[in-house]
Amino acid sequence: MSQILPITVSINGNQYQHEVEPRLLLVDYVRQVAGLTGTHVGCEHGVCGACTILFDGKPVRSCIMFAVQADGHELMTVEGLTDDEKKLHPLQQAFWEAHGLQCGFCTPGILMTLLPYLKENPKPSEAEIRDAISGNLCRCTGYQHIVDAARLATEKTHST
Amino acid sequence: MKPAPFEYFAPDTLEAALDLKAKYGDEGKALAGGQSLIPAMNFRVAQPSILIDLNRINELRYIQKNGALLIGAMTVQSAAEHDSLVAQHAPLLFEAIPNIAHSQIRNRGTIGGSIAHADPASELPVVCIALNARMRTQSKTGERWLEAKDFFTGLFTTALQHDELLVEIEFPYLPVNTGYAFTEIARRHGDYAMAGVAALLTLDSNGNCQQARLVYLNVGDGPVDATQAAASLAGRKPTQEAFQVAAKIASQKEMSPLGNVHASAEYQRHLSAILTERSLAKAYERARTSQAS
Ligand SMILES: Cc1cc2nc3c(=O)[nH]c(=O)nc-3n(C[C@H](O)[C@H](O)[C@H](O)COP(=O)(O)OP(=O)(O)OC[C@H]3O[C@@H](n4cnc5c(N)ncnc54)[C@H](O)[C@@H]3O)c2cc1C
Ligand code: FES
Ligand code: FES
Repeated sequence: MSQILPITVSINGNQYQHEVEPRLLLVDYVRQVAGLTGTHVGCEHGVCGACTILFDGKPVRSCIMFAVQADGHELMTVEGLTDDEKKLHPLQQAFWEAHGLQCGFCTPGILMTLLPYLKENPKPSEAEIRDAISGNLCRCTGYQHIVDAARLATEKTHST
Repeated sequence: MKPAPFEYFAPDTLEAALDLKAKYGDEGKALAGGQSLIPAMNFRVAQPSILIDLNRINELRYIQKNGALLIGAMTVQSAAEHDSLVAQHAPLLFEAIPNIAHSQIRNRGTIGGSIAHADPASELPVVCIALNARMRTQSKTGERWLEAKDFFTGLFTTALQHDELLVEIEFPYLPVNTGYAFTEIARRHGDYAMAGVAALLTLDSNGNCQQARLVYLNVGDGPVDATQAAASLAGRKPTQEAFQVAAKIASQKEMSPLGNVHASAEYQRHLSAILTERSLAKAYERARTSQAS
């Protein structure tokens, strides 16, 4: 008797159509139904930021939304940054060069937080970068290299 | 964990949502930003059998002014955070919003949802009390206007009836010669605060305190309006000593913090006192400059 609803969602420019139970979390939809496992799930209650994706262009926690709520909306996940593994997005390249990750668990959420932030704030100070990523927990890096990577990304954008 | 099953409705209009509320009452839980409700459902602390998702009701997303600042309940917190009308006409609210959680959560969490949730640790209920905001609620049979002080009835409880939704919040403009400040302290940026206070200070024509307002978060079962502390300032010169007296009255006599793993009750009182002095000093500075200009 459980309710099943049809949804159409755009993820990284591709249309996905599925039938889902209303209680399916958006992050579980993205990972398990759409098969895009780049988005990570850590805490499932909105605290860690690992599941951050873009919802109509804005970063949100996909673990505290339902898949049915994405019906008719546009999502972007970390897979949308590049479709060529040999040619990283400049933001990813900066993380690579500045060692902005160790285990990488937090990285997709941080990239999806920084992507729109750096577009709107092309020359942030170190304090502003730290503020921008304050909703993303990293257990490995101590954040310094993440901040360095974000700075490098802004420099790359300005030099090209 | 995963939420328990529920039946889902996503009405496009307020009228349709109110029909559902009339039909299902308490069983039909409103889903606003979901930033408090869905974590609770993931933990299975909340297991509503029916969810009425308000996100498609665009008529509840607006920020306007009409003798006061009017905000539709479904306006997301980040929209208000960057709105020039809010900055100009409800600067206390404007100063408080960035303290709510993280940007990703404010992109989804709503002004009305935070107020309807009535968490004593939340910023917005405190702002509502400090500004004497009014809440407009609606049911299929009509609407009500409630004063903030009558709206918040205790820990996570409000005066909303089973068939009602919160639809609008009205924030009156500040009186003339009034300064404001919102300050809080959290363990980490974005965490719920250990202590926080909204202060308003109105100066008379001699530059003395005419009236004040001090409202605290996380030190009671709702926003704590420290009326004795505020009254102690009336007619006084706006000096640090006067602010210290008010801070002492509020923190020692007018609040009942519970303490938690992050801060003992004594420490919450201590922080509340320090923040009172800071907020009052800032509010005074702003009142003085607004008077001078
Ligand atoms: C990690 C994290 C940190 C947070 N930190 C803070 C913080 O520091 N300060 C803070 O204030 N909040 C914080 N929050 C909570 C956040 O602000 C929520 O957005 C807010 O409390 C609830 O708003 P919402 O729109 O998400 O409502 P929901 O979660 O959808 O709803 C909350 C409750 O209100 C009811 N409700 C919602 N809208 C209406 C309506 N229009 N009419 C009737 N009932 C309604 C719902 O039925 C539900 O019971 C945090 C959340 C997370 C996940
Ligand atoms: S998994 Fe979503 S915030 Fe942690
Ligand atoms: S790199 Fe391991 S959690 Fe951030």
